[in-house]
Amino acid sequence: MTDATYIEDEKPTSVWGDIWRQFRAHKGGVAGLVVFLIILFTVYVGPFIHTIDPNKIDIRAKNQGPSLAHPFGTDNLGHDMLAQVMAGGQISLAVGITAMLLALFLGTLVGVTSGYFRRLDGPLMRVTDLFLALPLLPVLLVVILLFRDSLRSTFGPETGIFILIVFVIGITSWMHTARIVRGDVLAVKNQEFILAAKSAGIREFRIILRHLLPNVMSSIMVSATLGIASAIITESALSFLGLGFPSDFPTWGRLLYDGANFLQITPARVFWPGLAISLTVLSINYIGDAVRDALDPRMLKR
Amino acid sequence: MFTYTIRRLLFAIPTLLVISFVIFALLDLAPADPLANLPLTIPPEVREKMREAMGLNQPFLVRYLLWLKQFFINEPLNILQEMTGIVIGDGDRLRVLSWATRAPVVDLIVQRMPQTLWVVGLSYLFGVILAIPIGVISAYKQYSIFDQIGTFISMVGYSVPTFFTGVLLIVIFSGYLQWFPSVYDTNLEVRDWSSFVAQVRQMVLPVTVLTLYNTSQIVRFVRASMLDNLHQDYVRTARAKGVKEKTVLLVHVLRNSLIPVVTVIALGVPTIFSGAIITEQIFRVNGLGQLLISAIEGADLPLVQTLTFIFAFLIVLFNLIADVLYGILDPRIRYD
Repeated sequence: MTDATYIEDEKPTSVWGDIWRQFRAHKGGVAGLVVFLIILFTVYVGPFIHTIDPNKIDIRAKNQGPSLAHPFGTDNLGHDMLAQVMAGGQISLAVGITAMLLALFLGTLVGVTSGYFRRLDGPLMRVTDLFLALPLLPVLLVVILLFRDSLRSTFGPETGIFILIVFVIGITSWMHTARIVRGDVLAVKNQEFILAAKSAGIREFRIILRHLLPNVMSSIMVSATLGIASAIITESALSFLGLGFPSDFPTWGRLLYDGANFLQITPARVFWPGLAISLTVLSINYIGDAVRDALDPRMLKR
Repeated sequence: MFTYTIRRLLFAIPTLLVISFVIFALLDLAPADPLANLPLTIPPEVREKMREAMGLNQPFLVRYLLWLKQFFINEPLNILQEMTGIVIGDGDRLRVLSWATRAPVVDLIVQRMPQTLWVVGLSYLFGVILAIPIGVISAYKQYSIFDQIGTFISMVGYSVPTFFTGVLLIVIFSGYLQWFPSVYDTNLEVRDWSSFVAQVRQMVLPVTVLTLYNTSQIVRFVRASMLDNLHQDYVRTARAKGVKEKTVLLVHVLRNSLIPVVTVIALGVPTIFSGAIITEQIFRVNGLGQLLISAIEGADLPLVQTLTFIFAFLIVLFNLIADVLYGILDPRIRYD
């Protein structure tokens, strides 16, 4: 009786409202979200405020320290570092997000199929195990080296390398998502509402889309946040080894790689891109932690 | 347990075969021509002879089987022969040769192995030694200042990529302060005290970078696992029957918490080898990672194939070790 009145007193809350409330309770997550939004804003809106072309060469202003015209200084060809870091960030973030989406799509597809269709479970999980046993960094390096030139000539230097990097990162990082989703699907598919949907004569495809997927959404979302972070790290690691994006189309990792040769003259060249990568990954990891806590049913206080 | 181990071992063989096939096919299907870097003035018939000498004119499957035979039969026999002097067969076998140096690939790897093992191994050891006490205190005093700072630092250490920490440390410690050299000198032989000091000094920076990363990763697991166990009923029981707090923590909780941690530590060994590729590149340590990068840049396919396969082998091996260890350490786990 008291319960009933209590519920009436409270504002009606939706599931997403609850999750948002849980998320806000995690201080690190909120800080991470704020930092991440600031980075996104700087990278995508910043170039309209700081309007120097990142590829403009001004050889007379090379290797300068920070000044009003060049807040982050300039490199050995006189490129403005702030403009370069912002342009690099656009590519790094785009690579991270696209690669994550691809990995998420593959992981969900494999996870749902192997969890839902019993006959496909064995083979698909063997494939997942096989991918998990591949040494990722060496394989990535090999694939990029071998296919770089042919893709470049087909799609042009910029799009070619973008497609290649997104594709290789996506195709080598779906396994954890697949395993988690499969586990969730196995738990959900034996519940009554799926049986009810089946007996109502709904087609399998629709059951999966409308009834199964929303119930495994939480683990997919956690994978998504962590996926962006690891994709950004992988891309910058590849670029740092000199096998990622070319210098005239730089990402944060490439800027760091190019700057590493000028450590003694202009340490700012490695500091800013490195800081950008670290802050992005750190903020995303905090967001991921908060999302996981917010979606964890044990943490829901109601 | 024993039958489980045997079954896993038997299952590892097809996995490794498939992986080696995938790597081989990948390298073979790639459009890159190993002779592309040679001067254009070489006449076509000489070029054809060179292809023949490299064994490139044979069909794909033949080359794959040949590699398998060389790697799995000839090389182990050769190692056996060098170590014990027992000669099986005629002792003159075809070995996997590097295209760039014409030296046996395994010899190159053996040359480069110690540098990698020293840097990677030490940093992993330090990582484990540091991570366990930090994780234990962090979990025991949850939400204390120590825990807050520890969790934050481990999050930072886990998020900041090694290629940034490495470069940062070089700027600070070998640029401004000039305490440590930034380049690892592999020709240095430890003969007396001063060369030993030089060796330690050049190892400090790469080992620190990797240690920071490994520690942060393991601390997170130790802390989570300790927190899981601290709220279990058996802890309350132990306290209720008057067991000393130190015993509760270090004997009851720690032992139970370390079971998953040991698995994670075993699973992490192969990944740190590939993580070391980057660190070796920063500090110019000429270990396995550097060998791989130079082989990839020089399109030295046999070397790339063998090294990549060795990395894969490590992953499969440590997965197996982790599973078996888990079964041994935790009697509640029954695989059979």
